[in-house]
Amino acid sequence: MNTSFGTRLIGMLLLSASSALASWNTGTTLPDLSKFKLEGQVPSIAGKVVLVDFWASWCGPCKASFPALDSLQKDYGAKGFLILAVNQDKTGEAMTAFMSEHPVSITVLRDPENKLVAAADVTSMPSSYLVDRSGKIRYIHRGFHGEKTLAQYRKELELLLSEKAGGS
Amino acid sequence: MKTCFLLLGLMVVLLGCLTGCGTVQPWERGTLSDYTMRPDRDPGADSFREHVYFTREAAAGGRGVGGGGCGCN
Repeated sequence: MNTSFGTRLIGMLLLSASSALASWNTGTTLPDLSKFKLEGQVPSIAGKVVLVDFWASWCGPCKASFPALDSLQKDYGAKGFLILAVNQDKTGEAMTAFMSEHPVSITVLRDPENKLVAAADVTSMPSSYLVDRSGKIRYIHRGFHGEKTLAQYRKELELLLSEKAGGS
Repeated sequence: MKTCFLLLGLMVVLLGCLTGCGTVQPWERGTLSDYTMRPDRDPGADSFREHVYFTREAAAGGRGVGGGGCGCN
């Protein structure tokens, strides 16, 4: 009885530890997004520098980040940069209403079951993951702090876009 | 055997306590960030509470913190 209980306890601890390790970190390969039942057309990201941004209409800093993300997409899109803004609203209507008030040129997807955001295990909203051409997460941003964050994005993008798919 | 039942009972109670708690994930804070969840949503009531607080404590302010309930940033 004691041994069995101890084994189960260790198993539970290992399970929780493995789930903690499963969150996205720098160096993690971005998973296949088609497996997460996202609403919207997921474009091909092969060989591109991708920013996966988790946002919601009720999140003030997310709203503030949208014009900045739009400007990044316009400035770097032709060089192979793609933004995937993944919405976490409870309803599609909330997202649509927000999008009609804040029109942008970036790709917006919806995560209706919160599967992707749970896999990433984000700790704040918005959170964004900058992925290099080989599909590895290189930079993680928590929150949006205006010009400071925008300047950081630009610096990181210049570096990642200068790299080739197989490495530097 | 009696110890087994006792342990089982304790585990059931413990599990019952654990299931009563839940963590609100960052992406689930839409309701918390709603305007109606703000303690300062009614300026009249806020002013009244502040008056009562000042009358009782001879002190005012120090109530608000920045941001809403979404925990963003």
